Amino acid sequence: MTDDATDTTGPDVPMVQLLTPAGERTTDPRWEPYRERAAHLDHGHVRDLWRDMVLVRAFDDEATSLQRQGQLGLWAQCLGQEAAQVGSGRALAPQDYVFPSYREHGVAHTRGVDLAEILRLFRGVDHGGWDGEAHRFHNYTLVIGSHTLHATGYAMGVQRDGVVGTGDPTVDTAVVTYFGDGATAQGDVNEALVFAAVNQAPLVLFCQNNQFAISETNERQFRVPVARRGEGFGVPGVRVDGNDVLASYAVTQEALERARSGGGPSLVEAFTFRMGAHTTSDDPTRYRTRELEQTWRDRDPIARVEAMLRREDGWDDAWAAQVREEAADLGARVRETVRSMPAPAAASMFDHVYATPHAILEDERAAFAEYESGFADGGAR
Amino acid sequence: MTTTSTSRAQVAPFPTGTTTLPLAKAITLAMRQALAEDPKVLVMGEDVGRLGGVFRVTDGLQAEFGEDRVVDTPLAESGIVGTAIGLAMRGYRPVLEIQFDGFIFPAFDQITTQLAKMHYRTSGRINLPIVIRVPYGGGIGAVEHHSESPEALFAHTAGLRVVSPSNPADAYRMLREAIASPDPVLFLEPKGRYWDKGPVEVAPLSLPVDGAPTAYAGIGHESLDRAVVARPGTDLTLVAYGPSVPVALAAAAAAAEEGRSLEVVDLRTVSPVDFPTVVASVRRTGRCVVVHEAPVFHGVGAEIAARVTEECFYSLEAPVLRVGGFHTPYPVAKIEHDYLPGLDRVLDAVDRSLAF
Repeated sequence: MTDDATDTTGPDVPMVQLLTPAGERTTDPRWEPYRERAAHLDHGHVRDLWRDMVLVRAFDDEATSLQRQGQLGLWAQCLGQEAAQVGSGRALAPQDYVFPSYREHGVAHTRGVDLAEILRLFRGVDHGGWDGEAHRFHNYTLVIGSHTLHATGYAMGVQRDGVVGTGDPTVDTAVVTYFGDGATAQGDVNEALVFAAVNQAPLVLFCQNNQFAISETNERQFRVPVARRGEGFGVPGVRVDGNDVLASYAVTQEALERARSGGGPSLVEAFTFRMGAHTTSDDPTRYRTRELEQTWRDRDPIARVEAMLRREDGWDDAWAAQVREEAADLGARVRETVRSMPAPAAASMFDHVYATPHAILEDERAAFAEYESGFADGGAR
Repeated sequence: MTTTSTSRAQVAPFPTGTTTLPLAKAITLAMRQALAEDPKVLVMGEDVGRLGGVFRVTDGLQAEFGEDRVVDTPLAESGIVGTAIGLAMRGYRPVLEIQFDGFIFPAFDQITTQLAKMHYRTSGRINLPIVIRVPYGGGIGAVEHHSESPEALFAHTAGLRVVSPSNPADAYRMLREAIASPDPVLFLEPKGRYWDKGPVEVAPLSLPVDGAPTAYAGIGHESLDRAVVARPGTDLTLVAYGPSVPVALAAAAAAAEEGRSLEVVDLRTVSPVDFPTVVASVRRTGRCVVVHEAPVFHGVGAEIAARVTEECFYSLEAPVLRVGGFHTPYPVAKIEHDYLPGLDRVLDAVDRSLAF
């Protein structure tokens, strides 16, 4: 796929690929180490990955519909990026900690987050939505790139806790932060690379290069491919076919192992394509062609896994039908859950601003309560 | 890397009882004590380790507690605050130094959008007990960007506490309480007063047991909430904080020679503001002048004037006046004393208020 990649910013950067868009196993000897890392994934495992991606896409479709129906204020689709997210997410150990951006619904799924909870943020009933600590999956960060520094600091804490390089796979801990190609232009992402390198922090910087920062292409963000950006910071980088779930899994697993063993940070560039709009407020027809979109639909990350399983006699129609039914049920459940998410009480806006009482806030809370109580005798406002 | 050990290099014992210290060293002592009392406390910033900080406020701490706990960071303010947020999420208590007031703005997003809002965004699940120490204010003959007073920019942001001590005793106590607080605290240090000496009441050292700190239960929050009357008086209330408190006290002393009795309220905190103390004072005196180095336009003084007008309307004998910086960038050092609210400008405002 390297040969027919549409990007112009990194055509000379080798891209790890284990599955072609047609679902054939690659034979390039350069990727043998990654092939070995994915070798234990039998057809059952691969079917599980397919199921993950199908569920995530069903959720994503449902959320898009809910926005169109006025149930959500906004939705950011991950359509087309399921392999990068599920593959990397399934390489994580339970103790690893994830700092996502805001499109990582596939990773959220692999961390056991109830996908409906993600929609609390987009419905406007909660700024977070799930218990980040419980899932070791932090809340979404909407300011581009800011969270990469939080991940770096968290990894510095992991280091200080002595849970790096012990050799115990249930103890050694890595931190992963997800961001996009646009974020690589942010100062914070560059500072995260500096701090991670200087401290040799157990961090994986996972960049999904979906080729569009809303409307702007890679040429407007950088002149050195993302995978090579790490070199100047002393952080090894690798480019992987982000539409190949097996390669995404193997490459992430290698970076995680480096981090957990004390080998320091890594930068992964998962080259993929945002098949949908930036968000439901965006109109991609203004800045890209239908031909380009079709090119990438032909590289669909889910279809290629099905093709591989069929090719290798690992496909099971009855099972696939069952998964599709499960996906439909998920969509229905998400729909019901979201529609029944009430707006919080107005006075809840004063909660959790501070951990200790703050006199100004408490004055305002009391004044607001008094104001509201003026309507208690049946008057509407 | 292991830093949970509490073993330290052999150093001077901790002072006990009441001791006389310069303001800078009162701050050093508060950090040193926190580092000894809680293995999760970290000191981070540019040049805070080997050099001991450009003002030497962290002097000796790295030698005593090691490079993993007193951390020389890369020269990147956003990175300092951003990584501290991650460390705090992992259970650490970072005490950060931003080298100068004018260098804080590269970290503005991390402070106002990330640090201030994390507790809120996570419905209270995450506390970020981070202290950001900032030497601030003018009067030291510095080059540009080294003399600013950005407190109003941060006080305008919900989720932050913004405080500024005016003397060594408060500097010590307020920093101890700031480090103990589960909320993020912007701790503004009046760098022009770093070497003013005063008595400091040192809290007894409370060493951790089995690596767990025992001190926090005994540390209150009062100095982060409450103003103090630094000098009682009857004719007019001067409201000040940080480096302007010594100016206000000098103005009160000068006015006393002319038979005027000025009360000085040391706010200590600009977020929150202890309005009950201010209001009680102004209701008694009937007059109020607010003094700060920051520009008066949209400044802390404007907020105080509004609230005092609201709550003391029938007690006021004169409009609330403000004395502070002008709506200009901080000027060059050779004319900074015409910009700063010095003794003469404060007394001029006092005269105008009393003559109203």
